[in-house]
Amino acid sequence: MSGVTLNSVRKTYPNGAEAIRGVDMQINSGELIVFVGPSGCGKSTLLRMVAGLESISDGQIKIGDRVINDVSPSERDVAMVFQNYALYPHMSVRGNMSYGLKNRKMPKDEIERRVNEAAAMLKIDQFLDRQPNQLSGGQRQRVAMGRAIVRNPQVFLFDEPLSNLDAKLRVQMRIEIKKLQRRMDVTSIYVTHDQTEAMTLADRLAVINEGRIEQMGAPMELYSDPKTLFVASFIGAPQINLLPVRYDGTQLSNGSLAFTGFADLPQDTDLVLGVRPDMLRHDPEGQFELRVDLVEQHGGENLVYGALLGARDAEGDDLEICLKGPQDLLPEMETVLRLGFDPSAAFVFRKDTGERLL
Amino acid sequence: MTRPGITTHLILICGAIFMTLPVWVAFATSTHAPETILREGLQILPGGHFFETYKEVLFVEGGVMKKVTATTMMKNSMILGIGFAVGKVIISMLAAYAIVYFRFRLAVPLFWIIFMTLLLPLEVRIIPSYEVVAGMGLLDTYTGLIVPLIASATGTFFFRQFFRSVPDELLEAARLDGASAWGFFIDILVPLSKTMIAAILIIMFVVGWNQYLWPLIMTTKEENYTLVIGIKQIYQVLSEGGELPQFQKAFALTILATLPPVLVVLIFQNWFVKGLVESEK
Ligand SMILES: Nc1ncnc2c1ncn2[C@@H]1O[C@H](COP(=O)(O)OP(=O)(O)OP(=O)(O)O)[C@@H](O)[C@H]1O
Ligand SMILES: [Mg+2]
Repeated sequence: MSGVTLNSVRKTYPNGAEAIRGVDMQINSGELIVFVGPSGCGKSTLLRMVAGLESISDGQIKIGDRVINDVSPSERDVAMVFQNYALYPHMSVRGNMSYGLKNRKMPKDEIERRVNEAAAMLKIDQFLDRQPNQLSGGQRQRVAMGRAIVRNPQVFLFDEPLSNLDAKLRVQMRIEIKKLQRRMDVTSIYVTHDQTEAMTLADRLAVINEGRIEQMGAPMELYSDPKTLFVASFIGAPQINLLPVRYDGTQLSNGSLAFTGFADLPQDTDLVLGVRPDMLRHDPEGQFELRVDLVEQHGGENLVYGALLGARDAEGDDLEICLKGPQDLLPEMETVLRLGFDPSAAFVFRKDTGERLL
Repeated sequence: MTRPGITTHLILICGAIFMTLPVWVAFATSTHAPETILREGLQILPGGHFFETYKEVLFVEGGVMKKVTATTMMKNSMILGIGFAVGKVIISMLAAYAIVYFRFRLAVPLFWIIFMTLLLPLEVRIIPSYEVVAGMGLLDTYTGLIVPLIASATGTFFFRQFFRSVPDELLEAARLDGASAWGFFIDILVPLSKTMIAAILIIMFVVGWNQYLWPLIMTTKEENYTLVIGIKQIYQVLSEGGELPQFQKAFALTILATLPPVLVVLIFQNWFVKGLVESEK
């Protein structure tokens, strides 16, 4: 097995769109890397450049020690699972799985052996003679995985493979993909915009924004130590609460609200205070108040949404925040809860650059 | 929806009779003796000369024309119909494949040039085509008969539209699976186009079978005549000849000429419907 190396990789589409603006990345052998980011940030483009489906405008991509910029997709030794599965509709499951092997002129009995093995692993052996349109979405997904597995590639590439499945199946397949990847120990790149999927699957996450890597690291590292406002707001569900604030030398303030316990911050610029919903506590001594709009019961925990009294967002409207509490926290609508948080756990960002200060 | 009432049925029946009656009259008349036809005109009821007439038309040389039987003409028509349809499908699929999947600079202008030839019917280019074919010594050959007809803007257009509806991911998956350009075409596109191919084959077979002008100027020898030309010639012979006009044979020939297209449509239609149902997602 081998890793993947990207050296200042760029992609400019013929229409002038700059999709990738210089990406450096080292993916270790056997590692599962997840690309996350908002729609249009260039995740698919980057993945497809590794696959060889898009040309590389500038920079270098290596699989192992081999530079693959000019190697055709089929000779890169990568396999890809597509969002809509891209199964050949007129071929049986067996035909779909063996097509790539046949093109490689592999002996018949070896093809047979590999297909049967992969089918057993994915529990699709009873469907081998069916056509894709006689399978459910989840089964098609497995066939698509099977088609990738039989090739025994150096690298697996997944482009949002689960987004056409229902929520329950998505969780189940996610676990299976993880197990399979562990078992086969194949270097993998997985693209998704679902941040739960990203957090749970990844060995390391790469958050991509406008064609650049915003931050790369283990999921928990990105969650608890985001380097930028973008990463903090992208990682974590429910989303982090963001309050526009100014620093006056002693405290952070927004409207009539003030937060103490912060030091060494610039006074001449707009700042953003970031507090995750689970950092907020219901606390009679707390520094501020929340007027409850909505309570969502998620079973083990409750999410309380409401307006932060005395604070205004950038447009001057009520500032909506979210608090994650235990399941017995069930305030009535319109009641006021007093809240507090530990200032040392909160994040402070510069508003203009998004850089994290604290 | 309400059940169709009696009026609907009446209208449908009238329509059906109106459409099929002429064919029936032709058939019925073809089974009578020439004297009856000469004396009493067209016949509504079948007569007793079915086997006699058809046997003579099909197998006796000089029965109608001087040198050829309907069997020979039918063979010629068959070769023209099939060659025409198959040739058109192959040429237009390949052209559409190049236009849709190969990003060369002239793809779009080329497509529009091909498309514009739709506006020019065969008649417009028939003299130059004849010159070329004659110059190559291909008069009175099947090659000369078929090849100039098979370039097809219609077919190219339909296949282009179809190929464009095939998801790009299929091509990408095939590229990762190591399929060559040719492999993708044969292994993926052709099987996916089955329905389209069947439809175009049906239509083009009928069109090819019914070709008149080109075979007429292309063939000089009677043994190369197609059925459609044969019918025309036979009526000419009928009106000029001194003997008793053989109308029953002319009608028999007409009936024979309509049979293969009808059969093709009936047989392929099933395929066609099945293809549609199968490829449904
Ligand atoms: N073939 C193309 N030609 C020109 N521009 C393109 C092409 N494909 C993508 N782009 C542009 O490149 C940028 C990145 O696209 P990409 O498909 O990689 O986004 P993505 O992160 O995968 O988004 P999503 O989550 O919606 O799939 C987008 O701004 C898009 O408009
Ligand atoms: Mg994408």
